Amino acid sequence: MRIFIPRDAAALAVGADKIATAVRAHAKTLGVDVQVIRNGSRGMLWLEPLVELDMPDGRIGFGPFTLADIPGLFADPAAHPKALGKVEEIPFFARQHRLTFARCGVIDPLDLEDYRAHGGYTGLARALSLGAADTVAEVKASGLRGRGGAGFPTGIKWETVRTAPGPQKYIVCNADEGDSGTFADRMIMEGDPFALIEGMTIAAVAVGASRGYIYLRSEYPHAISTMNAAIAKAERAGMLGAAVMGSAHAFELQVRVGAGAYVCGEETALLDSLEGKRGQVRAKPPIPALVGLFGKPTIVNNTISFATIPFIFEKGAKAYADYGMGRSRGTMPVQIAGNVKHGGLFEVAFGITLGELVQDVGGGSATGRPVRAVQAGGPLGAYFPPALFDTEYDYEAFTARDGLIGHGGLVVFDDAVDMARMARFAMEFCAHESCGKCTPCRIGAVRGAEVIDRIITGQDPVQNLSLVQELCETMKFGSLCALGGFTPYPVMSAIRHFPEDFAPAVMPVAAQ
Amino acid sequence: MKNSTGNVVHAPQSWDSVFAEQIIEEHMALEGPMLPILHAIQAAFGFISEDAMRLIAARLNLSRAEVYGVVSFYHDYRQAPAGRHVLKLCRAEACQSMGGEENAEHLLRRLGLDWGQTTPDGRLTVEAVYCLGLCACAPSALLDHEVHGRLDAASLEQLAMEAL
Repeated sequence: MRIFIPRDAAALAVGADKIATAVRAHAKTLGVDVQVIRNGSRGMLWLEPLVELDMPDGRIGFGPFTLADIPGLFADPAAHPKALGKVEEIPFFARQHRLTFARCGVIDPLDLEDYRAHGGYTGLARALSLGAADTVAEVKASGLRGRGGAGFPTGIKWETVRTAPGPQKYIVCNADEGDSGTFADRMIMEGDPFALIEGMTIAAVAVGASRGYIYLRSEYPHAISTMNAAIAKAERAGMLGAAVMGSAHAFELQVRVGAGAYVCGEETALLDSLEGKRGQVRAKPPIPALVGLFGKPTIVNNTISFATIPFIFEKGAKAYADYGMGRSRGTMPVQIAGNVKHGGLFEVAFGITLGELVQDVGGGSATGRPVRAVQAGGPLGAYFPPALFDTEYDYEAFTARDGLIGHGGLVVFDDAVDMARMARFAMEFCAHESCGKCTPCRIGAVRGAEVIDRIITGQDPVQNLSLVQELCETMKFGSLCALGGFTPYPVMSAIRHFPEDFAPAVMPVAAQ
Repeated sequence: MKNSTGNVVHAPQSWDSVFAEQIIEEHMALEGPMLPILHAIQAAFGFISEDAMRLIAARLNLSRAEVYGVVSFYHDYRQAPAGRHVLKLCRAEACQSMGGEENAEHLLRRLGLDWGQTTPDGRLTVEAVYCLGLCACAPSALLDHEVHGRLDAASLEQLAMEAL
């Protein structure tokens, strides 16, 4: 009997390793012949560790699984108190459009044959037969936009690198997923690493690049080891190396580990870091597509952008573009996190509303108290109050509401949250992570936290509130990158939508 | 990894310039070898010493100031040894939404430490980290290389006590 116990870090964090060891021991005692497969996560993280048994009519889930749940697992699975029925019929899972994450949680992440059996490497074979120009055209036709946050059309970036002159070009994957509330990159690298490798290989073929790097944050030790193991397997199978899939294309891929700097998620800071320097932001132009890593033409894409490429080539650009709304085509792996009942990764076509994601899919807060705010798009994203829950999940719709979808994270807060404290944290985080290049970011963030402290303690609140807003304008227009430029989003949205939290606790007059 | 006397290294060892040179040499074929070298040096010796910076600068043909500039820029690199165990507590928004800050304050008070400090016996360093990607099972922590989620004040304290 095949039994699946995830190796995803989120499952390990809640005891999956201990369960795997104990299940093996239990099966041995009973004399049951089991094959334990350490899969990725299905993304239903409130159910982790989610154990699955492979039954004749589909995989049955049990979760959140504890050591105490092991007895009785094999005897009568259907009657087990933690039985959830067929995993793919759980509403959270059944409502999704799993395109990028189709294999995640299903296959053994490090089994190349399993990957191929689920459509893997059909996309690369097709790209090799299409040739460079048509491969880029296919990406353009899919409508895929950068999933790191900026939403720049991927195909246009690839075309720029393809037509740039030069014998040496690079493919760089931005796996420096530092936004709180996001874990899609981590999940795909731990659950379907060959998808990322295949996507980057297709990019290499499309633009004629022979080297690639995955810049992976040090906070993800499990993703690092899974990616390294997958690269070694792909090399041995001839899917990477001197002759990719037996073609004339050479592509060498390496993981490079970051060193705990949030700003290195910004593409030009990432390139400086890869070159061995301080991760400081570069002024654009020149754009990295033309002058990138070591000054050479470089594609820098997010992990999810690359991991989506194999689907586009396997099923066709139209199959991807058929999902979505407006200029946001395809799907987004939305990560629902924080104080939420059903937290996890929910891949869905653009167009679903924020309220559906938080209330229907996420089930409201974990504490059962009313949801008061949702931060969308990481520490540089705006806070949305329930009054804006009709906002459709779409790049332009979020921009119209002074927010951003970013890398797809949603952090839910219940009514215990103090929004002045969250606004202060946004400034504090910016000060902590600023690379120091731009004055409005380096100094403005420090001053911003100080001024919000004064508002909280009731010193000249009216003047200080207007000072913060003025400071936010300066940071927004005077910073080279999104760290200084977007920190105003959480600060200003907190002030705008939750003004009551910025009213002094003690009236200044009374304090005197 | 083996040091210059051929022993396999697990815990950080004391300074060994021959071994350090060997580590640097192993990375010289890489493009942009600086960060991989610093990671490997820290893994071997526990931190990046003045001696290490001097060696790296000489081998990469950089000034010591340039190497120091890189070491001091990144939060991961230490210029002094940490405790025997390092507990990193996530302080980012998702963990805050589930009471992570309150748990952390409770633990730091119990241990009599501030962020980044080490217990007097040198056994445990408590540090902040901004996101471990475990945001749907918050609050989370990393004890050495082991991830932990859905922590409350009691389970966090128990985790810290295991390391003490």
